[in-house]
Amino acid sequence: MSNKDQYLVKTEPFYQAQGREVALYEAAYGARLPVMVKGPTGCGKSRFIEYMAWKLNKPLITVACNEDMTASDLVGRYLLEANGTRWLDGPLTTAARIGAICYLDEIVEARQDTTVVIHPLTDHRRVLPLDKKGELLEAHADFQLVISYNPGYQSLMKDLKQSTKQRFTAFSFDYPPPELEIGIISRETGLAEGTVAKLVTIGQTGRNLKGHGLDEGISTRLLVHAATLIKRGVDAGDACRMALVQPITDDPDIRATLEHAIDTTFI
Amino acid sequence: MTKTEYQHPLMKGYWDRLDCGFGKVADVFEDCMAEALAVLSLDDVNHYLDAAGTLGKMGRGADPVLAFLEKWPAVAAAAGSDMLAPVMAFIGAMQKSPNSQAIAPFLQTLGAVARRLQSGEQLQHYLDIAADLMKRTTGSIHGHHSTFPSPGLPDFCEQAPRLVGLLSISGLKNWVDYGVRNYRNHPERQKDYFGLQLADSHAVLQRERHGTLFADVERKLDLYLRALWQDGDQLVPYTTAFDELRKPIPYYDKLGMRIPDVLDDSDGADGVISGLDRYRAILAHMVGHRRWSKQIIADNYSPFQRMAVEFFEDCRIENLLIRAYPGLRRIFLALHPLPDETECDPETTSCLRHRLAMMSRALLDPQHPYTNPILLEFTARFHATLEAGTSSTREMADLALAYVTRTRRQTDQLAKVHFDNTVIDYRDDNRHLWVFIEDSDDEEFFDDPSKQNKKPAEIQSLPPRHYPEWDSASQTYRPDWASVYEALHAKGNPADIDKLLLKHAALAKQLKRLLDLIKPQEKVRIRYQEEGSDLDLDVALRSLIDFKGGAQPDPRINMSHRTDGRNITVLLLLDLSESLNEKAAGGQQTILELSQEAVSLLAWAIDCLGDPCAIAGFHSNTRHEVRYQHIKGFSERWDDTVKARLAAMAAGWSTRMGAALRHAGHYLAPRRADKKILLLLTDGAPADIDVSEPDHLRADARKAVEELAAQGITTFCLSLDPKADEYVREIFGNHWRVLDRIERLPEQLPLLYLSLTR
Ligand SMILES: Nc1ncnc2c1ncn2[C@@H]1O[C@H](COP(=O)(O)OP(=O)(O)OP(=O)(O)O)[C@@H](O)[C@H]1O
Ligand SMILES: [Mg+2]
Repeated sequence: MSNKDQYLVKTEPFYQAQGREVALYEAAYGARLPVMVKGPTGCGKSRFIEYMAWKLNKPLITVACNEDMTASDLVGRYLLEANGTRWLDGPLTTAARIGAICYLDEIVEARQDTTVVIHPLTDHRRVLPLDKKGELLEAHADFQLVISYNPGYQSLMKDLKQSTKQRFTAFSFDYPPPELEIGIISRETGLAEGTVAKLVTIGQTGRNLKGHGLDEGISTRLLVHAATLIKRGVDAGDACRMALVQPITDDPDIRATLEHAIDTTFI
Repeated sequence: MTKTEYQHPLMKGYWDRLDCGFGKVADVFEDCMAEALAVLSLDDVNHYLDAAGTLGKMGRGADPVLAFLEKWPAVAAAAGSDMLAPVMAFIGAMQKSPNSQAIAPFLQTLGAVARRLQSGEQLQHYLDIAADLMKRTTGSIHGHHSTFPSPGLPDFCEQAPRLVGLLSISGLKNWVDYGVRNYRNHPERQKDYFGLQLADSHAVLQRERHGTLFADVERKLDLYLRALWQDGDQLVPYTTAFDELRKPIPYYDKLGMRIPDVLDDSDGADGVISGLDRYRAILAHMVGHRRWSKQIIADNYSPFQRMAVEFFEDCRIENLLIRAYPGLRRIFLALHPLPDETECDPETTSCLRHRLAMMSRALLDPQHPYTNPILLEFTARFHATLEAGTSSTREMADLALAYVTRTRRQTDQLAKVHFDNTVIDYRDDNRHLWVFIEDSDDEEFFDDPSKQNKKPAEIQSLPPRHYPEWDSASQTYRPDWASVYEALHAKGNPADIDKLLLKHAALAKQLKRLLDLIKPQEKVRIRYQEEGSDLDLDVALRSLIDFKGGAQPDPRINMSHRTDGRNITVLLLLDLSESLNEKAAGGQQTILELSQEAVSLLAWAIDCLGDPCAIAGFHSNTRHEVRYQHIKGFSERWDDTVKARLAAMAAGWSTRMGAALRHAGHYLAPRRADKKILLLLTDGAPADIDVSEPDHLRADARKAVEELAAQGITTFCLSLDPKADEYVREIFGNHWRVLDRIERLPEQLPLLYLSLTR
């Protein structure tokens, strides 16, 4: 069941580079080095990986990690059937077999005992032991492991072990500078740059409050949402309140401040 | 004068109707009538005269009649002439109770009161409040019958215009109520209260004022500065209550941004601007100066020229502010006067202010109505200079001088200055704009003697440990640079800490609920396991049914047990430097006291959770003396010994953070725990008196944090310095939080710990 094709990214995703990350990623992939992408939520990490998979023409298997995830969810398990049992590869195993880029999104969400199954895949061995099946899977030559990681999490408990971190090369992302961000949102939504510039101004005001009542600022993703709403004819003020303010805070003082920014930016 | 002197038959008719013999009244009668006839209908004029006649026959002399004749037309104009009946009814009540000496003061201020209240309904409320005050304070002294007049009523009437100016009706009611309740039986004090002579009456007045109180919006303003302008400073309110004539003007200096303690909504031709938005306008204007204004030398300019420079410069920065947030234009314009081109007569009055106010309007308002060619020319020149960029204070000064020269008039020198419609009250006083070369009083620099005289107190403790310090300039360590002396913290009275905990009993209860939720159980059941120690019957049965039914069964039918999910060790490190002795902004407590409360609560909370926890404080006096004070060890219980040390917490000296972090780390590193946390509570950046370069100790602290991370220790900083952003990020990466409202520290510190270790 080499359904490799279903994992290929068929059309070019729009990705606006912020620096030299595309070339650097190509180099990392060339050496099959595992990659970690760091950065605040909604700044383009997933988009970047999708783009790279397209550019390298390699299948991409994405796994959104969560607290309840166990090692079996990644590696695979036996299924019971009427006439016995059948082994089913998990997404990590599939990726290693078919030579895909395996993207473990928000890896810190997973429990630490789950995280360690990736260790043997990330050193020179490039193997994945399937203990239950009694198989030692050697990764396909094209296989690469990518994890994403948001260091802004305020809980100190959700942090990667040093021994895990030290297996990766890393890209550090942040929200793009205003001119770039305007271009991205405008291109992504088709909204005129003049209006997008105003959204970006409001985004900045939110980011200035990080650590002062906001755990995270207003992400590019949220700005894209607001722009999408405006493009569909929603009043700019309403769109901002709905996409930028309500999702991120319940603090009335912060709300009042962001609303004032909206009211003085869109007139 | 006698009545026969009135020649005009109509006037004579009025005089006869008044039927009054006081000469003083006759003197002003004709003037009063002129005003009354302009405001009142004919019927009302008759009622007016009858009422005045009644007042004249009450046996209180000429004063009540005089006051009434003079004030009533204004009252009727503001509140309606049908208020006559209730007013006369109240006067009748005063006359009947022994309060007739209050009638004259009541009438004298009635005009001003009505002008402020602007409606019959509001005025009726005022009458009700006064009547209530009279009833409750008359004759009640020591239970006598109504024989003593109200001591407070006349003073109340005298103060009434000011009171209704400051208070809403309900505020006035509360203020009166307070005075009556507390001073009913103290005639002297009651008089003082209602005459605004007591501290109490001021305090209650302040509490009841209308408008937007600074204290209520302080955090919103901090957030505003930070979010929209990336600026921030101490906001210092000044009182506006007791300066009727000279309203103080906002300004900023080294100590902060000075703004009024209360602002009413402003209701101009361009719409209502809320008190909060007025505050924002004031702050935005100051931010504009701080971003774009440069000081210029004042000595070369005449006062007029300086005034013009200020107007142009104010407009420049406001245009730049509007560029950033276009909606500010609406707010500025609504607060900006729109003087009429013809309202100042240049023959008799100095019109420079008037001209400049119009100029200023034109520079902000693309729809301004002015047609004066010079004004239009300078408007165009102004916008041309700003087109290419931000222009400069210098360019504005040149433009202003040219303007003054072009429009100069002899009469600008006149003493009579046209002020109406020229005051722009959201602008600061521009003191920051000027440097005076002459008369500069050189600041004297000398070392603080208190610091020099302090002998290195005797250090009775362990021998020092030496730590390296990172020298970022050379990218090397200075070996054995800082000497850390560790000692047991002095002891105080443990009962003090229990008292603090008691004070926060409600908070503690709330915390307790949270703690119970996350408190580790001895054994935790983990369900949905493919492999485990026990079969989970519920799940197994469900799977079996699925399987028998031909569906894919869930293989996770086992469960296992895990003991105690929490394995956290924490060291709480307290900055005990001198600055903790300062009062927290807006409060009575020092930062040290607040820290003490917060740490007590946290220690109690951690004790409930069972996480091993140590507490230590530090401060420094040069690199040769970094003091590390042991308050609680990991193995010590949260008991009286520890509480006694907390109770004695004191602050002094400086903050050599790196050395303290390293020393704390050497205790944490060998602990066995999944998670080792160093929680630092500080109110400022690292600093010490032997280091002049602030970056040095920051870089060292950052290095220390990195060293700790390499040893598996996570450092988190809770900063009480609202301006900490610049450096906490640099030192602690993502692991920091700034607490904007220090007074909430006791609540926030334990919550922070809980959320960090969740
Ligand atoms: N450089 C970029 N080029 C194109 N689109 C971008 C870029 N950065 C952000 N975006 C837009 O922002 C959205 C969010 O980005 P993405 O989903 O990649 O965020 P993320 O960093 O993976 O967030 P999370 O950590 O929450 O998963 C994208 O859908 C895209 O619209
Ligand atoms: Mg993502």
